[in-house]
Formats: sequence, structure tokens, C-alpha cells
Amino acid sequence: MSDNNIQKREPLFSMKNRRLLSNPIGKENPITVQVLGICSVLAITVQLKTSLVMALSVVAVMALANVIISLLRKTIPPRIRIIVQLIVISALVILVDQILKAFVYDVSRQLSVFVGLIITNCIIMGRLEAFALSNKVWPSFLDGIGNAAGYGAVLLAVGFIRELFGSGSIFGYKVIPQAFYDIGYVDNGLMILPPMALITVGVIIWAHRSKDKSLVDVS
Amino acid sequence: MKALEKLVNKVKPSFEKGGKFHKLHRTFEAFETFLFVQGRVTYTGSHIRDAIDMKRTMMFVIIALMPAMLFGMWNVGFQHYNAIGLFDASLIDRFLFGFFKVLPIIVVSYVSGLAVEFVFATLRDHEVNEGFLVSGMLIPLIVPVTTPLWMVALATIFAVIIGKEVFGGTGMNIVNPALLARAFLFFAYPAYMSGEVYTDTTLKAGQMLVDGFSGATPLSFGALAASGQLSLAELNSSLPSVMEMFIGYIPGVIGETSTLAILLGAIILVLTGIGSLRIMLSVVAGGLFMGGIFNLFAVNPFMEIPAYYHLMLGGFAFGAVFMATDPVTASQTGTGKYIYGFLIGVITILIRVVNPAYPEGMMLAILLMNVFAPLIDHYVVQANIKRRLKRMNTSTVKV
Repeated sequence: MSDNNIQKREPLFSMKNRRLLSNPIGKENPITVQVLGICSVLAITVQLKTSLVMALSVVAVMALANVIISLLRKTIPPRIRIIVQLIVISALVILVDQILKAFVYDVSRQLSVFVGLIITNCIIMGRLEAFALSNKVWPSFLDGIGNAAGYGAVLLAVGFIRELFGSGSIFGYKVIPQAFYDIGYVDNGLMILPPMALITVGVIIWAHRSKDKSLVDVS
Repeated sequence: MKALEKLVNKVKPSFEKGGKFHKLHRTFEAFETFLFVQGRVTYTGSHIRDAIDMKRTMMFVIIALMPAMLFGMWNVGFQHYNAIGLFDASLIDRFLFGFFKVLPIIVVSYVSGLAVEFVFATLRDHEVNEGFLVSGMLIPLIVPVTTPLWMVALATIFAVIIGKEVFGGTGMNIVNPALLARAFLFFAYPAYMSGEVYTDTTLKAGQMLVDGFSGATPLSFGALAASGQLSLAELNSSLPSVMEMFIGYIPGVIGETSTLAILLGAIILVLTGIGSLRIMLSVVAGGLFMGGIFNLFAVNPFMEIPAYYHLMLGGFAFGAVFMATDPVTASQTGTGKYIYGFLIGVITILIRVVNPAYPEGMMLAILLMNVFAPLIDHYVVQANIKRRLKRMNTSTVKV
């Protein structure tokens, strides 16, 4: 989200390019509107820290993968494009994984296989197919950042709610005062379990659609 | 009654269109029809008219719940006085103790649930639904008396919003809201829902618990046996006698302990045609069937107890009579009801004796089958269509 604000001030950004960034955060959010990438939301949002690291990893992978595929878009034979995309994503994910292991080892351990599973994140594959293969490098880069930010925003929101109510803390720091526990407050164990992530995402989708009626699917 | 009616009619205009409180007219309507039979009647087409509307139907369920609730109140007091060693406390003392413990839970459940209902009815401008009249009574009966009130409120609000309102309100829900509230508590605050917390052990000055008091429910002994920590002999000596379990002098959640009181409720439900006898019987049949199978191939002591014990343990009877028969979430077709009920019985026993982590299988079994009920109905209906098509084809050949 913060990259969004910084970049908005630069003149390079036309209206169209800005939309590439902002649309996926709101109207075309990959999670709440397209309902992609749900598995990782369920798996790694118990804590805000892991959510943030995951969000940043996806931003990095997605932006770079979009750029690389966009650069190669004229040379990739259509028949094997999926395999090429997978190779590019896998290479980037392995890089990210190594970096996480080197610098934030404990978070990397908590994320366990889910860093590796970024490869299978439908959002990345979807953006490569739908956008990077047919667009220039700069818009593809923005599209990657935008979609990853939209994904990350939901991830952080879910992580925030789950860590606050599930463990009473934010980024590992206790924020619910001891006085609350003394008068009988108890952390909600259901928040730690994956079903609550699904329900939280559902409630976010609900709120999102009641705010923006154009998203309501009348069929 | 007359005075009340006058009052209602006096304040009515301010809630009608153009009145001061028109925004709240749904709330007013709910109270009005709660007190008196609706003044409006259907005016188009021909309909069968009956004095019994949905609110009255729900009232019958509440009446059917009364025996279990009253017994539950007494049992709360009974368990409490036994725990502190006052074995000669009078019936009134025991009942009053339970009454003042259970009443707040009932009030909290109704207030929090109805608040959500009223908010949604006002926001979406539909009538306040009657469904919560029953859910609000069921929730207190399926939680331990020691549950903190704010947890009851939170679980109720969660169940009404996530279990009912998101699907479109009463009649649209997929799972039973009352059971969802219990499931919420069970997974969110496991320490308050399982193990040995079913007896109220708040002590006044000078009181103390009797020696060797544990407060463990029969099902928690069962769970110990299922995980191999108790032998069959130990389990048998820990379990209360059949009579105790049937009448319900055992620790457990408020409304579930007395199979006898629940049977009374079942009779009321069946006689008034509200509860489905098919479902109740098939749940029992499923439980006995699975219990029997485990008796034959027992690998842990809990599997060896007589199958009919399971009917009186934990929430089996309460679930079979009041939860599985919920007309919204159960199967709608006749054959479907048999399948649905039977599978509830089977899965309950399966969860109980195979997985010691979940001693009470009834809740999970009903919730699971709630989800499958529409699928069962679909196949029953399809099978029926196929059968009749076949019959039609053969009859045309004959002609």
C-alpha cells in the first residue's frame, strides 16, 4: 500500500497506469472479488508478522515475474507458455525462500512450505496469463505490484484480526492489557484455527460488497 | 391482558407510516405479534387459515423444552450442593440455586440474539423472524452452567450473524444456529467447554469441595477410556448407573442430562406434529447400530460399553430430539429423513469412541449432516423422479 502512495506522486504515472495499481486493491481485488489465493490466506494469517512477510514475498515474486514474462512475451511459444511461467515463478520463489532463510529464519520456519507454495498461488499465474503475456514491461510491473498489494492488504487485515483476537497481540507484542484477562477475558481459540480465516475473509467480502454494490453478482 | 392490548393499540400509530418511530416499526411489529395474534389476514386467493402461526409453533417447542430446562436447573443445584458436601440440601434450595445460575444465561442469550435480529430486520426492512425464539432457548441448554456470560453473548451473536443472517435469515440457514453457537464456544474456548467444568463450584465463605470431587462427566470418562487411560472395569465403575443416567443426576451441560425430561419433550413435539418422529427414531437406530458394531469389534474399552448407554450419555438424546429435528436444517424428504437421522447416530458414536479429542460427537455429527441434508434430499427427489418416469413408461407400453 505504501508503494502506492509514493509512486502516485511521480509524474510517470498516467491515469491508466495508476488504475493498474489501485484497481486490484479495491474493485478487482484478487482475493475478495476474484476469490483467488485463498489457501495461503487460510494458512499463514495466524500472526501479523508471517502475513507481512508473505505479503512482501508475493509482491517481490509477482512484480519480478510479471516483468520477466513481459520481457519474454514475444519469444515464448504459446504452446509451452505455462511451463515457462512456472519456471520463472519457481526460480523467483526459490530466491525469496533463500533470502528469508538467510535473514528472517524464524519467520521462514513458521511459513514453512507456504513460501514454496507461492509457486502455486493462482493470482500470480493468473496475472501472468491475463496481463504480462500481452502487455509492456512497465504496466506489467505496476499490475504485479497492484495485485500483490491487493492480496497483501487482505492478508494483513485477516492477520491483524486473527492475531488480535486469537493471541491478544500485534506483531507479537501484547496489546490487550493484563487487566482484561484478570476480569475474565480469554483469547479466542477459534481465531487460531483456519476456519476462522475463511469466515474473516467472508466477512471482508461481505463488507466490501455492501459498500460497492456494483460487485454484487445478480444472477 | 385488556390493559396491555389498549397500550399496544395506543402506541401503534406512531410506528405506522408517517409516525414518529416508523423506522422501528419492525421492532414494534415483532412485539405486537409476540403478544397477540396478528390482526392482518391474507386477502388474496384461497388459503387455509389457522390460528397457529409460526410464533405459536415456536412456543410449542419452548413448552417441549420446559421439562429439560426445569430439570436442568434443579440438576445444576444438585451437582453444586453435592460438590460442596451438602447432601441434605432441600429440593427448593437446589432448584433456586440452579435457577439463579441458569436464568442469566437465558436472558443473555435472548437479549444478544434478538438484538442482532432486530438490527438486521430494521436494516433490511423485513419482519423480525420467529426462529430465534427457539434458538435463544436452546443455546443456554447446551452450554455448561459455568460458561461466562460474555462468552454466551459472543457465541450467540456469532451464530446468529454467521449461521443465519448471512444466508438470509430464518429459514435460509444451512446449519443449526444453536449448535453453531456451541461449536463456536467449543473451538474458541475449549477450556470452558470440555473436561471437568460442568459443575458450578463457586464457594461461599466456609464452604469447601468434598474430597475426591472431580466433576468429570460420564463422557469424559469415556474419552479417557477411548484413549486407553481407563480399563473397561475402571470405566464401568466410573460410569453412573443406567437409572442415574436416564433420570439425569449426572454432571453435564444444563439441558442434556435427563433423558427422561427430554423424552417428555419429544412426546410433546411428536404429538403436536412439530418434531419429526422419523428423524428421532433413525438417530437412535443409527446410534444403536454403530454402538453394536463397536461392541463386536472393540479395540478400546469405550467401545465395549452396551450400545444403549450411548443414548443416555452426553447430548445424544437432546440432540436427537431438539437439534436434529430442526425443520430448516434437516432433510425435507421422508426417505431423506431416515438417511439423515441414521447417519447422525452413526457419526456421533464414531466420533465419540474413536476420537478421544472430541468426547461429544453429537454436535459435530448434526452440524456435518446439516451440511449434507440438501444433498440427501436432492438424490431422494431424483430417485423418485426416475422411479415415476419408469412407471409412466411401462404403463404407456401396457396401454
